[in-house]
Formats: sequence, structure tokens, C-alpha cells
Amino acid sequence: MPSFPRAADASTRNTQLRANLRHATHTIRAKRATAVAELDDWSRLRAAGAAIKDRTLRHLDHYLERLESAVTAAGGHVHWAADAEEANRIVTELVQATGEREVVKVKSMATQEIGLNSALATAGITAYETDLAELIVQLGDDLPSHILVPAIHRNRGEIRDIFAERMAQWGRPAPEGLTDAPADLAEAARLHLREKFLNAKVGISGANFMVAETGTLVVVESEGNGRMCLTLPETLISVVGIEKVVPTFQDLEVFLQLLPRSSTAERMNPYTSTWTGTTDEDGPRAFHLVLLDNGRTDTLADTVGRQALRCIRCSACLNVCPVYERAGGHAYGSAYPGPIGAILTPQLRGTGSEVDASLPYASSLCGACYEVCPVAIDIPEVLVHLRERVVEGGPASVRGTRTVIKPAKGHAAERAAMRAARWTLDHPRVLRTGQRLASRTRRFHPRRLPGPGRAWSDTRELPRVPEESFRDWWQRTRGESRTEGRKTT
Amino acid sequence: MARVRRALTDVPRAETPDEVPVERAYHRVHGDRTAAESVDLLAEHLADYRAIVHRVDAPSLPALIARLLADRGATGVAVPPGLPASWLSAVPDSVRRVPDTAELTPHDLDAVSSVVTACAVAVAETGTVVLDAAPDQGRRRITLVPDHHVCVIRVPDQVVDSVPQALERLDPTRPLTWISGPSATSDIELDRVEGVHGPRTLEVILTGPETAGRS
Repeated sequence: MPSFPRAADASTRNTQLRANLRHATHTIRAKRATAVAELDDWSRLRAAGAAIKDRTLRHLDHYLERLESAVTAAGGHVHWAADAEEANRIVTELVQATGEREVVKVKSMATQEIGLNSALATAGITAYETDLAELIVQLGDDLPSHILVPAIHRNRGEIRDIFAERMAQWGRPAPEGLTDAPADLAEAARLHLREKFLNAKVGISGANFMVAETGTLVVVESEGNGRMCLTLPETLISVVGIEKVVPTFQDLEVFLQLLPRSSTAERMNPYTSTWTGTTDEDGPRAFHLVLLDNGRTDTLADTVGRQALRCIRCSACLNVCPVYERAGGHAYGSAYPGPIGAILTPQLRGTGSEVDASLPYASSLCGACYEVCPVAIDIPEVLVHLRERVVEGGPASVRGTRTVIKPAKGHAAERAAMRAARWTLDHPRVLRTGQRLASRTRRFHPRRLPGPGRAWSDTRELPRVPEESFRDWWQRTRGESRTEGRKTT
Repeated sequence: MARVRRALTDVPRAETPDEVPVERAYHRVHGDRTAAESVDLLAEHLADYRAIVHRVDAPSLPALIARLLADRGATGVAVPPGLPASWLSAVPDSVRRVPDTAELTPHDLDAVSSVVTACAVAVAETGTVVLDAAPDQGRRRITLVPDHHVCVIRVPDQVVDSVPQALERLDPTRPLTWISGPSATSDIELDRVEGVHGPRTLEVILTGPETAGRS
């Protein structure tokens, strides 16, 4: 996986992508502002949302225990998965135990994160994505690029071509003479997927919320594909991150107001389903909940970064981010793009790889993401914190163990520069001498850096060194005038 | 679980969850409305998301249901076990009644064009109807597979203003389905298209004493 700057270098040259993204993000952004403005207590809801999540995270062990016993009491089975591999193995075995070779899936960030579909494919099980956008991504052998609208990078013509060419390989072919009208494309998806829904014996989902008190799971959606997967199959397997728990059923009153307005900019999304274990003759007869860690406890251990686990996956931060708008979701190299991805991914996966070490820099720190976040995650604060970790290393939790990590590779020059800067700033005489020297030699300065600094100056103008340093200027003007002023008054 | 505990070493051992402050300073309800105004707001918000809203007094309800099914050319209608018998009394016998039973397969349901149900509660501020699988609403699947859902709300009793008020009335142990308008997607260039997988048409009937003469 290339680092963010390299991936973004390619994606920002794609004018079609940039046009699609610009249209999409600006449209949702404007609608969201209107939906939020309808509620005059938005800031209080936001504060309550953040506080409920903080309470839950500080006592996550307590709430997870309650959740487990409530789900079990309601007829469900709870499984614990420390990482992606374990989660994939549990789900694969659960599917194999049913004797089925096909499953239908509700759009889920957690299963995207762990790469469940390919793990199932390795075991000879076909997973059908049933969200329209996920279907477009799956048929196109593509990756999602947005949390809410994963196929945002595709326009209608591309979608028509994907449906016409690929649907037949996965099931019911696209109708003859399919046009690129959204209604026709949605109808083709409806027909293609309906035969999957009607025959499915196993459904796989995530969940937006889990209520510790009652063992209730909540899925928020628009199309009805979620309801199909949650109610028609005989077995339902839900893979959910441990941070999705909320203490009480009443707490949903906060999140069911925050989420739809932040996400699709609606007063309420078309469908919300809740279920508590199994219900006689209504919905699946077997329900399995797979609770996923996969780096979440490492994130939890970081008192600054912990707040990223408040995220309710609304995607509002993507739609306001100038970096996301130009680079697109694929450049972030994980299931979580945009500002939240830039802080969540390096915490879940660690900063060891090139792409993960680059993500805290995939931001201009403009702060728009923090402003719109419905649970008030201070994304810029965490970005800066993670930049420090990348450059300096330091204490962190890795796979459940406290350790001291080394600085990431490739940041040696930056680290050296920062150390030099610190030393210089701690020694004012050296700084003054250096600044004077720089000013006197200014006409010999290159416009681009040589050696390892060259790449940096490829995309930047080097600042011109002024004729006189600020300190000298201050000394010469204010320093003297103040004394003069005293004399004259 | 041990990992979770290790990650929380900064949390004092003696601290209980309730000691972490959660200020609920948000409103229980937005605005101050009479019952009739809440019903009006519900109707307005339902229509905003392209549900078709009808208002009718109780005696005229059966005739309206019969007309809505006829307008759609319904040949069959799924019927929850506890639906008041009078509601379908004006529907001609040529329209097949498909009772909601455990034997009803998804394929059987796919052959049914319409479904008529009651609801548990409706939320005015968001334009939402909530089903809780009570006998007059049936299992979750019957309001999902047919393409045409007629949902009857008794007003003003079943109407609340806000999401917090709705949750107070609901039992979390029942499977709940919150419905705000028909199935919709905006996945293709953010163009909203109704009816991808769920019912393409949602018709909501507001019925009760004070709706007389306003249909």
C-alpha cells in the first residue's frame, strides 16, 4: 500500500474523480447544515453524545460484560475476536456449521475492516454485498471510497457498464438495454438481489449500536437491504467493534437524532431495525454476535487517541475535508477514509507501515472535521498527537501490550530537523548568529533543496529569507523607539 | 476482556460508570405543540420523505383501504393476525388474503403485492412510524417484501413529538422497525431513488375522531 502522499498524487490528477467528489461532498455538506439547524439543541445533543461515549469507553469492561449477559439471556451467542484473523475464522466456522456456501451481507465497516469477504472466499463461501453502493464496488472489483456512499467515485455511466458486464457472473444478469438512469440502475439491483434475499439462509451484518442494558442491536439504513438480511435468513451473524456499545436503551434517543442528520442529512433514515437476541418465528432462529477488538483496546489505552472510538461512522468529517475532497477515499489505504480514517487507522493498525505512518499527515489541520463531528472528536488534536508518535516514537499499546515504539522509518530527516530546531531555539545566541548569517547569504540560497530535501521542495516554494531577522528588526525599530518614546514623554 | 481492563489503567479503580458525568441538557421535545399540531407535523414530515398521507375518520377507514388496494391493482394482501377485521371489510373477496403465519416463506410473500398494518407509535418531528411486531403489525418481513405498505396510525393517541418520547413507549425486547418514508437510496450520484429493496410505496392513513372531514 503506497503512502498517502503518493496515492494522493495519483488520485488528485483524476479530474473525473475530483468532479464527482466535489459535487457529492458539497451537496451533502449543504443538506447536513440545514438538517442540523432544525434542532436548536444540537450542541447539547452533541455534548451528551460525546459524554455517553466517554462514560462507556472509561468503563468498557463493565458494559461489555452486561451486553454479553443480556444477549445470551435473549437467546443469542457471543464470541470474542482479538483480531481480524480470529474474527474471520469464527465467522467462517459459523457459516460452515450451517452447511451453506452463500451469505448475504449488510453494509458493514467492521467486516470491511477485517477483509471478511476474501476470508470467506478462501473457504469457498460467497458473500453477496446487498447495499447498492457496496454491490457496485463488489461487481467492479473495486474498493469503497466513502463511509456512507462507498461508490461515490463512480458516476452513472460507469455503474451502468459495471452492471451490464458483471451482474451475470454473480447471479441474475442486468436487463437488456439497461440505461444509466439512477431509477433503472436501482431497479436492476433490486431484481438482481431479490433472488439472493429470498434464498438466503445466512445473513451477516455489523451494527450501529449495541445496548448493554438490554442486549439490543441497532442497524440504521435506507434501502431495506439491511432489513432483508436481518430478518429473512435462518442464521444471523453480526460482527461489531467493541466500541459500539451504549449503556442504555434510552441513550439511543441521543444517537438516533445525531446520526441521521450528520450522515445523510435526513431527519431520520428510512429504516432502523433493532433486535434483541432471537424472537420466536420472527427473524433468524440463531443469532451470533462477534465482538471485535482488532486494535480497539490499543486505541483505548491511549488517553488522547481514545476519543476516536466515540465515532459513530456518520462520515460528516469526510464531506467537509478539503484533503478528502481532492484525494478521494482510496488514497487513505483502509476501510476508513477521510479525517476519521487518518486518526483511526494508524491507531487500529499501528504506525509501522508506510501508509499508516503517513496518515496523520493527510490533513491540513483546518479543524472543519471537529466542527461537524456529532460526538465532538477533536480530530486535529489526535492528528498532532499521532504525528508526534510517528516522528518521536514513544509509549503505546500494541496488540494489548504496553511498549515503547520506535520512530517510523522515513522520518529521520524530519526528526533530525526538529531536534536541531529545539537545540537552536534553546540557544538564543546561536539562533541570532544563524539568522544573521542566513540573511547575509540570502542571494546565494537555492530555490529548491538539494539531496533528501528535494522531494519536499518539489511541491513547495522555499520561503525567501528576509534581509533582516525579526529579532534584529524588533531590536532596531521598537527596541530603540521605545527608549526614545520614554525620553519624549 | 483482560485487554480492555489493561487499556483502562488510567481509570481509577474505585470510579463507577455513574460517576462519569453525562449531562442531558438537550430537549425532550422541540417546540410546544397541541396534539392536533403534532399530527399535522407528522403528516408534513411523512410527506417530505415521499410517503403518501391520507386522513380519514374511523367509519370511512375500510372504504379508504379498499380504494388504496384497488388503485394499486392489488391481487393479494398480507394480513397480520391481530389486524382489526373491520379494516379489510370493504376489500372485495377477489383480493387474496395472505395471513401472516410461520409457514409463510419469503417466496410466498414475494407474490403478495400489498400489506396493511397498524403501528406502535409515530414520531412527528422525524416523520417516522415504528412497528413493534405486535399482532396488529405482524412479523417484520411482511412489511418488507411486498411492494406496497399501507400503515394505519390512530391519532392522536399513537403520535408523539420526539424520538425520546417514542423510545419511552417502546419495549426494547420486541423487534422494532422504524420507517421514515419508503425505501430509498442515494448511492448513484446522490440522486434519490425510491424503492430499492423495501416497499416502493408507503401509504400512511391517519385515522381518529378529529380527522373527520379533513381527508
